[in-house]
Amino acid sequence: MSRHRTAALVGNPNAGKSALFNALTGARQKIANYPGVTVERKAGRLTLPSGEPLELIDLPGSYSFDAASPDEDVTRKVVHGEFEGEALPEVLVLVLDAANLEQHLVFAQEVLELGRPTVVALNMVDLAERDGLTLDAAALSAALGVPVIPTVAVRRKGLDELCAAIAEAESHADEEAHKRWHITLPERRLAAKHMARAAILSASARHTIENGVDRVLLNPWIGPVILFGLLFVIFQAVFAWATPFADALEGAVGAISGWVADIMPDGFFRDFLTEGVLAGVGSVVVFLPQIVILFFFILVMEATGYMARAAFLMDRLMAGVGLSGKSFIPLLSSFACAIPGIMAARSIPDPKDRLTTILVAPLMTCSARLPVYAVIIAAVIPETTLGPGIGLQGLVLFALYLAGIVGALVVALVLRNTLAKGAASGFIMEMPRYQMPRVRDLAIGLWHRAYVFLRRAGTIIFVVTIALWLMLSFPKAEPGESQLDASVAGMVADGLHPVLEPIGFNREMSLALIPAMAAREVAVSALATTYAVDAEDEDLAAEGVTDKIAALWTLPTALAFLAWFVFAPQCISTIAVARRETNGWKWPTFMVVYLFALAYAFAGLTFWIATAAGL
Amino acid sequence: MTLDGFENDTTARIVAVDWASLAEGEAKRLRALGVDEGAEVSVVHRGVFGTRDPLALRIGRMTIALRRVHARAIEVEPA
Repeated sequence: MSRHRTAALVGNPNAGKSALFNALTGARQKIANYPGVTVERKAGRLTLPSGEPLELIDLPGSYSFDAASPDEDVTRKVVHGEFEGEALPEVLVLVLDAANLEQHLVFAQEVLELGRPTVVALNMVDLAERDGLTLDAAALSAALGVPVIPTVAVRRKGLDELCAAIAEAESHADEEAHKRWHITLPERRLAAKHMARAAILSASARHTIENGVDRVLLNPWIGPVILFGLLFVIFQAVFAWATPFADALEGAVGAISGWVADIMPDGFFRDFLTEGVLAGVGSVVVFLPQIVILFFFILVMEATGYMARAAFLMDRLMAGVGLSGKSFIPLLSSFACAIPGIMAARSIPDPKDRLTTILVAPLMTCSARLPVYAVIIAAVIPETTLGPGIGLQGLVLFALYLAGIVGALVVALVLRNTLAKGAASGFIMEMPRYQMPRVRDLAIGLWHRAYVFLRRAGTIIFVVTIALWLMLSFPKAEPGESQLDASVAGMVADGLHPVLEPIGFNREMSLALIPAMAAREVAVSALATTYAVDAEDEDLAAEGVTDKIAALWTLPTALAFLAWFVFAPQCISTIAVARRETNGWKWPTFMVVYLFALAYAFAGLTFWIATAAGL
Repeated sequence: MTLDGFENDTTARIVAVDWASLAEGEAKRLRALGVDEGAEVSVVHRGVFGTRDPLALRIGRMTIALRRVHARAIEVEPA
């Protein structure tokens, strides 16, 4: 046989499938998308005892083949051999949570009914022991008619035995299987109960730590306080810890750029590499540290089981605007960058909930807005204090964040009652047991997120920034004329300016908005360029530009610019990701239009009110 | 009596579920999680003050979260 042998992991959500997948394949994983659907396909390689390689795919967790989500639909199609482009896996590895057999054996019967060569991984036997359960794998194997291997994925226990069983499983497909199992769900559940009872040798008094911990973490009073305390720490970390790494990355890109500039002759190609490619990709890659830090916390929250509790606590607030607790994770991610936020919306089962979450994600104040806010606030808001520890500048920054959150909630409410109208979304989710996160799983998870982000930076963002660079660089300026003025972008700005003038924007601001489409913080360096501040570095440019803005902009103009950035879809990469995730241009187009409309309206309102107030 | 009005930390047996009042996907999910006639459940936590929504349900060895609107569709009796 020339092609590789294949196997697939199937099982309920929270059976520890991903941990088992990580333990079996290590870092040898390939993550892609199933064509046509936004469901992740995770594949990896492992070596069988015979030395033969085996391709293992990790199918999305399912409660039933009667699919209630796109994920479950993929699993159903793949194991039935109905998924186009995906070969029917030769062996199914059915993963069961040893401590939750009664529940997991229901889906197990559906899997075994297929009659495919199957091996059962009785996973997390250590947690079952913690809960006071002693299990008899042989009895379970006899009841199910397939090999049952006790495993502890996170401690690599039972993995060799499992590989050996996979290698031997292929020979015995069971054509008669469908006749042995009960058909209706109540019958299956009864059978599951009997099998679970027979497999449990002893069960001491139901001792679970969940109830005790949840009594604190889900307490209606203490729970939200702990959650917001944790969110506060996460935000501190995202903004404080990331700075040195972001600076280092920026320095590295600058160094490469300088090196290229030294070794290459002057000309178009050198400028293309340094100012287009390196500067463009560099401006996005600097967000990697923040994204990695944010995802570190998100992965820890997920791995420990706390994320489901956070969703539980946030559900009431989200329900108020027609969403559910499940939108909490994507919206939280969007504070670092809307791109991972929009991608995280995949975990929302209700399509209208998911669409609404994607459409409001860009309203969360992403980290790219911070440099813009910081520069403008420093320039026009006085450094007065309003009370002990409360500065006016900090308060304005807080108000901008709040404006984004309130904006997102209001827009979600409006969308759920108009375009994304539908039955009030529900919130039904399993609350996994608490677990210690494992460094290995965290590392693989982080690498995966970073890789996905970088791949995006390397494709969509790369193309976009180059297009923008071309717009900014051509046609070439006459001596004495500013390049920005002469370029295509400059001409676009001339066209834009009459439109933006009523809301208080001057020509320099209109011009700065164009390169800011690559990444918002570029607005700062673009303003620096137009004001002929001679500094390559953004921080130095910021210092110079602050003085210029303080001198040249009126307060209403500056406030209008801030209000603009709260809403404006100033990031082509986000639009591109929204297109991918909604499979078409319809919704991203809508997103761009409504966000620009909001930005224009709010910048205008800010300008007019501030002018009328005599500021 | 519906599950919504049932006392916390007390085992209840489900006598009937008004599936028709639930969205199809939600009904599927609840059934898959073991919420069905005859199942024994107990409410272990209730959400944020004021609305007491959502609620956490102990079913077998599993805890699931659902909303009060779902709990109102679940008819129970003391077990």
